[in-house]
Amino acid sequence: MDRFIEDKVTKVSVNLEGEEKKLDFNDLKTGGFIKQRQKDLFTVRLRCPGGRITTDKLIEISKIAHKYSKESVVHLSFRQSLEILYVDYKDFSAIVEELSKIGVKVASCGPRVRVPTACGGCEYNPNGLVDTQKMAKMVDEKYFGTPTHHKFKTSFSGCPIDCARTNEMDLGFQGVVDPEWEEPTCTGCTICAEACKEDAIESHPDTGKPIYYRDKCIFCGDCIRACPTGAWRAKRYGHLVRIGGKHGRHPVNGKEVAIFLPDEKVPEVIEKTIEWYLANGIRGERIATTIKRVGIESYFRFMEPVFGEYSLADKEKV
Amino acid sequence: MSEIKAKESLDLRGVLCPMNFVKTKLKLESMEPGEVLEILLDSGEPIQNVPKSIKDEGHKIVEVNREDDYFRLKIEKC
Repeated sequence: MDRFIEDKVTKVSVNLEGEEKKLDFNDLKTGGFIKQRQKDLFTVRLRCPGGRITTDKLIEISKIAHKYSKESVVHLSFRQSLEILYVDYKDFSAIVEELSKIGVKVASCGPRVRVPTACGGCEYNPNGLVDTQKMAKMVDEKYFGTPTHHKFKTSFSGCPIDCARTNEMDLGFQGVVDPEWEEPTCTGCTICAEACKEDAIESHPDTGKPIYYRDKCIFCGDCIRACPTGAWRAKRYGHLVRIGGKHGRHPVNGKEVAIFLPDEKVPEVIEKTIEWYLANGIRGERIATTIKRVGIESYFRFMEPVFGEYSLADKEKV
Repeated sequence: MSEIKAKESLDLRGVLCPMNFVKTKLKLESMEPGEVLEILLDSGEPIQNVPKSIKDEGHKIVEVNREDDYFRLKIEKC
C-alpha cells in the first residue's frame, strides 16, 4: 500500500521570493507544480497556449530544464504544454525566476480555466477555417486561471476534422464555413460532389450541377476548395460551439449549442458560460454534470442573448 | 466537346496522393504561364484532393470532363 509514495509530508518550509514561507503541496498544484512519486520532486508545467513556442524560447527553456530536471527530461503533455520533470521543490523560486526572465509562465491545475489547446488553424493548415492560434492566445491572456467549480478546459479546432477534440472540452470551438452556390458560374463539372466526403452533394444526372443536402453537411468547405470556377463560395466563417464534453473515467460527448459564431463573440460566450456554470454548478462538479443535473434548456435560456441567431436551441437554424 | 487545346498531358490514373499532385506540380513548373496541361485523375481520393491543391497553388482549372471512373482535367498554368 502506498509503496510508490515515498513522501507523505504535505507541508514544508521553503524559501519563495526571498522569504521563508510554509508551502502546502496541495496548494502548489494550483500553480502548475505537480507532485511526483519521488521524494521532494515535482513536475513543472509550462504555459504554452495552443502548443506554440518560439524557437528562441524553446532554446532557453531547454537550458533551464537541463539545469533543474534531476533526470534531464521534459514531457510533452496531452494538453500541449511542456513539463519539466524531476524538479526539486527547493529550486522553485529559482526556476520560476529564470523562466519569467524569458517570458515563460507556469501553467495551472485544479478548478479553474486551463490553458487553451489548439491545432495549427488557418494560418498554415490548408483545411483550417478559423485562426485557432489567435483565439487560444486571446483566451489564455483573458481567462486563464479564472476560478470555477472544477477544471474548465477549452480548445480550438480549425475544421471539422477536430484535431483539438472540441467534443471532449468543457467548452470547445471548432471552425466551420457556410457554403453558398451560384448557378451562373457552375459548369456542372461534378468535382464538388466527388470532393464531398459526407454525401451532402449529389450531381444532377443531366446537368452535373450540384444538389445540396444541408442536413448532411458538416461545413468543412471541401466543395468550396475543390470548385474550379468559384461557383461554391464561403458565405460566412465561424465556430461550432460545443459544451459539456469531457474525457477521463466517464467520458461525455459535448453538446452542439451554437454554429457560425464569429470570432468576436467568443469572449462573451466564454464569460457567460462561466457565469452560468458558477451560478448553477456545485463545487467539484464539471459543467457536463451541471448540464445533466440542471438541464441544457437552462443553459440555452441563459445564453440566448449571447448566441442569438447562432443558437442551436432550435436545430432548424442550421 | 473539349475545345481547349492542351500542350502537355499526364495520365495519373493509379498514381496515389500526394504523388499525383507532385507530378502535376513538377510538370506545370516546366511549362510557361497560360499553357494548358491535361491530366487524368482517378475518382475517389485523387479527385477529392488534387483540384484543391492545384487551386491553392494559384493555377486555374479550365475544363473538367468525367469519363467512366476517372476525370479529365485541363489546367492553365498561372
